[in-house]
Amino acid sequence: MTRRVAVTGLGVVSSLGVGTRAHFAGLREGRSGIGPIELIETQGLSVPIAAEAKAFDGAAYFSKSELMMRDRVTQMALVAGEEAMAQAGLASGTAAGADGAQAQVDEALGVRSGVVIGTSIGGSQTVDEQYRLLYGERKNRVHPFTVPRLMANAPCSHLSMRFGLMGPSWTVSTACSSSNHALAQAFQMVRSGAVDVMLAGGSEASLTFGVLKGWEGLRVMAKDACRPFSKNRSGMVQGEGAAILVLEDMAHAQARGADIIAEIIGCGMSSDASDIVKPSQDGAARAMVWTLKDAGINPEDIDYINAHGTATAVNDSTETAAIRQVFGVHADALAVSSTKSMHGHCIGAAGALEAAATLLAVRENLIPPTINYEEPDPECDLDVTPNTARERQVSVAMSNTFAFGGLNAVLAFRAV
Amino acid sequence: MSDQDAVAQKVIEIIAEQTMLEPDQVALSSTPEELGIDSLGLVEVVFAIEEAFDVSVPYNANDPSESDFDITSVSAVVEGVKRLIAEKG
Repeated sequence: MTRRVAVTGLGVVSSLGVGTRAHFAGLREGRSGIGPIELIETQGLSVPIAAEAKAFDGAAYFSKSELMMRDRVTQMALVAGEEAMAQAGLASGTAAGADGAQAQVDEALGVRSGVVIGTSIGGSQTVDEQYRLLYGERKNRVHPFTVPRLMANAPCSHLSMRFGLMGPSWTVSTACSSSNHALAQAFQMVRSGAVDVMLAGGSEASLTFGVLKGWEGLRVMAKDACRPFSKNRSGMVQGEGAAILVLEDMAHAQARGADIIAEIIGCGMSSDASDIVKPSQDGAARAMVWTLKDAGINPEDIDYINAHGTATAVNDSTETAAIRQVFGVHADALAVSSTKSMHGHCIGAAGALEAAATLLAVRENLIPPTINYEEPDPECDLDVTPNTARERQVSVAMSNTFAFGGLNAVLAFRAV
Repeated sequence: MSDQDAVAQKVIEIIAEQTMLEPDQVALSSTPEELGIDSLGLVEVVFAIEEAFDVSVPYNANDPSESDFDITSVSAVVEGVKRLIAEKG
């Protein structure tokens, strides 16, 4: 059985704001969500900026007892999931659930629905806080919910519990590609007929002292701004957030009269099998080629690519070369952009937040920009939509993720 | 041996350890390329230098030429470390 796969819901938490409306507004305006770190103590950090979701406060959505059991990575996933399911019209209610009256999907659909969530680090705030107690303060015990809070599958499990989704559910961890892998697997599950609905995307809340020191150690962090594809780019900027999509059998969505945001038409996955940090042009190119084959389309059919575009020296030149390798002369007709310039690199949530940006492009025929673009780089010579969003017909768009460890996942979306 | 030479000797030891060479195979005039040190290897060398001398080296692997720390040769690294030690007071 091969079915078409509709996107019928979207929810977002990012440094551009809470909710899809805020995320989209930031992307349209070319607004930067990157700024001085405010949510944690910065003494001892040599990189003082990040894309913190400053507007997100879990206490606004969850009771005290719920917060005790939910790391920020789970809180963000639940709030994004709530918005996505409400938009899809499948279940809606308060995330806090204080009144116990949360809407869930009916049981018949619940057993035909699952959850796949990408996260690279999982409950890193829990890890950070509890390690600080043990090693810093020499405490002898940690919070009793440490394990259920920190486990990487906690966001997936809480979404499953919240909405009564009882089908195949799991967590994917492939660094920067985590949520594209999650979306790709969810897409394949719906397409194959294994399920009717999948809640899929990613969440990352790893702007903790320990994790940021780890990134500092690699010496690939920018200290002022994220400038993808610009010759003066100086590295990546870490971010946090979550984006959750509802993927649904097209016939099922049409039968119930759902608003269909867009269609996912293909995915491609590959491994560089070469280096643990340095990306490979061939690996990236193969993931894009497989996506085109999987979708049954030609390179000329693609209008827009939401690039991985991390703003490291090597990613952006390698990705440019890979796009040229795959698209040939059509590469110069493509609109390309890296929205990481605005919402930062949200690692395990990156693919999902960029899927949201890609949905904006196909839904509104608007290319979100690559902001902070200052100097052309001959090695990054695509049309990267510098600094200002641009109107353009977008029928089919692609979203790239290429992870540390060489694990690549690419998705193709089509306007409906 | 002067303190100055001690700095050079320690930097050479660190680079020798990273490149799996004998210290006498690492010349002050050697470049990272000649020694077979790639960008990730340089990150490790910088880390070892920071630990050994208790300094913070302003090095960005994305654009070494734009960093405030010259890594084009062993002697340049030694001079940079001496400057950082002096600035530390």
